[in-house]
Amino acid sequence: MNKEIALEVKSINKSFYDPVKIDVLKDLSFTINRGEFVSVTGKSGCGKSTLLYILSTMDTEYNGELWIDNELMAGKTESQLALVRNEKIGFVFQFHYLLNEFSVLKNVMLPGIKANKLTEQELEHNAYELLKKLGIERLAKKMAHQVSGGEKQRVAIARAMINDPLILMCDEPTGNLDSKNTDIVFNIFNDLVNTNNKTLLVVTHDQNFADKTQRNIVMEDGRIIS
Amino acid sequence: MKIKHIFEIAKALLLARSKQTLVAAIGVAFSVAFFVSLLGFMEGLNTLLDGLVLNRTPHIRLYNDIRPSDYQPVELDSTYKNFHHLIHSIKPANARKEIYNVETIFKRLEKDSRVFGVAPKLSAQVFYNLGNIQLNGVVNGIEVKQESKLFQFEDYIVGGNALDLDYRSNSIILGQGVADKMLAKKGDMIQVTTAKGEQFSLKVVGFFQSGMAELDKIQSYVSLTTCQKLLGESSTYMSDIQIKLYDIDKAPELAKEYATLFKIDAEDIQTANAQFETGSSARTIISFAVGIVLLIVAGFGIYNILNMMIYEKMDTIAILKATGFSGSDVKKIFIAISLSIGLSGAIIGALLGLVFSIIIDHIPFDSAALPSIETYPVDYGIQYYTIAVIFAIVTTYFAGWFPSRKASVVDPVEIIRGK
Ligand SMILES: Nc1ncnc2c1ncn2[C@@H]1O[C@H](COP(=O)(O)OP(=O)(O)OP(=O)(O)O)[C@@H](O)[C@H]1O
Ligand SMILES: [Mg+2]
Repeated sequence: MNKEIALEVKSINKSFYDPVKIDVLKDLSFTINRGEFVSVTGKSGCGKSTLLYILSTMDTEYNGELWIDNELMAGKTESQLALVRNEKIGFVFQFHYLLNEFSVLKNVMLPGIKANKLTEQELEHNAYELLKKLGIERLAKKMAHQVSGGEKQRVAIARAMINDPLILMCDEPTGNLDSKNTDIVFNIFNDLVNTNNKTLLVVTHDQNFADKTQRNIVMEDGRIIS
Repeated sequence: MKIKHIFEIAKALLLARSKQTLVAAIGVAFSVAFFVSLLGFMEGLNTLLDGLVLNRTPHIRLYNDIRPSDYQPVELDSTYKNFHHLIHSIKPANARKEIYNVETIFKRLEKDSRVFGVAPKLSAQVFYNLGNIQLNGVVNGIEVKQESKLFQFEDYIVGGNALDLDYRSNSIILGQGVADKMLAKKGDMIQVTTAKGEQFSLKVVGFFQSGMAELDKIQSYVSLTTCQKLLGESSTYMSDIQIKLYDIDKAPELAKEYATLFKIDAEDIQTANAQFETGSSARTIISFAVGIVLLIVAGFGIYNILNMMIYEKMDTIAILKATGFSGSDVKKIFIAISLSIGLSGAIIGALLGLVFSIIIDHIPFDSAALPSIETYPVDYGIQYYTIAVIFAIVTTYFAGWFPSRKASVVDPVEIIRGK
């Protein structure tokens, strides 16, 4: 396994001013290598989601340095950051967040349409292959609101994978799923790491899930404690 | 991102709210339709009403005005310059309304490339004899072919043929008003008394309806020769030369040129009928204003619907952004939505406007004043359609601009966290 750095965080601080100053993230520093499967756990309100929003470049109001694929994110414009998200980051949320106006297949294709690197046929083919890999190719033509929660989460994973991103970030991807579906999702993740050499960063409340990952970052009160 | 894909996403969002979309598009369509049909109708009326006067008025009229000489005789002698002039209002004697060298003037004008046509005209004061009552009137001597070419004379003739004036000697086309008073029918002989007291019998070959009742109560038409006879003048006598130009705007300039060239009085149409321009341009401005207000109202409709849509589609916007769509992509998507509504509304509106215009064009409009008009006049000018469509697109673009700006700055973190 190569030791190339996928993502690096150097002393990140984040505070909310609402109405008094609350420090949510305090001097966070860590590195995630390519091919690592990392989980983040911690009590509710300790700042996990806040951290993930910063890492995914959606939140830009913080102090400290964020390096993705050896590029510093500070100073990039909004559309440059959008491009980074599009090309290098796949994001999966707890709430499935599919676009209900589109079919499952189109949902998966959308980030690829934005990237505009493949023809529509190639993209459709890739999306279909991904759905197949996740065992839900039969849903391809259904509308997004017509599929179940567990299925939606798998569609969201397929969407996050369509541009073959450097790192997949997930915020409680199994938070809404029963144990059977949680296992399915975990196995998909494990497979992505082991056979596709993907990098994963998963925020979770499920200690079982966290224990099965390669590395578990534990947060408390805005700090990493282990 | 390809435009095609932006429109594809826009379409999916539109279809998800098909009812509102339809309402917004109908709003635009109706504004465009009203704009087009209103302006077409207004402009049709304008042309008609202006035509009533302007079509029948020469662009330039050449004539000899009767006026006092520029100098009183006593002024010619400088000796009396500083004296009081007791005799200071000697009137012109033997002043002739006749134009000299008519032949030369005609030849010169016919060669002028700016001139569309020239028509001679004479007029004689007469009394129409109605039993022992005498009606005041004016008889115009014209050359029918030229008069028709320049002023559509034939269009205003009812119950007769204009050319009969030339074919039958001592024939007259009576003004409709005069004819009504005299109970004259076609083929009747009527009597007129000239200013010099001579009586003439003239045969009625038709009636003239100008659209202006006052005029029709007074004016009648005869051939040039007949009019010369009425005036007791020779066959070279001519008092008015009417000129029509290719470009009406050149009239004032050319009037001056001819005045000096022919040493004659020349009056241009702009000086003679200054008020007509103002009337029609005021009507046009009002219709434009109404049409544009309609379009702006439709624009507000689109603005509202887009705002609502953005409110409903916050999640969608957040997801698009989280998966790598930039603010400007989102903005383009919403502008595409707005433009699609605008464009489809505008096209449907233009077609609908054409239908309205055709309907108006078929509504009977029988005005006794306008014998050649049977239905309401409509101008089908492509310019109204172009203006309406362009303006509809511009309005919807701006109506989409502000909501889409709002969409582009949606913070995905706020939306995702809020779930
Ligand atoms: N917009 C905000 N304004 C003020 N405080 C905020 C805001 N967003 C989050 N916080 C606070 O920041 C802290 C961290 O929130 P965050 O969502 O990162 O927690 P979390 O670790 O993801 O919790 P959970 O496990 O419940 O999802 C919380 O105390 C929260 O109240
Ligand atoms: Mg959270």
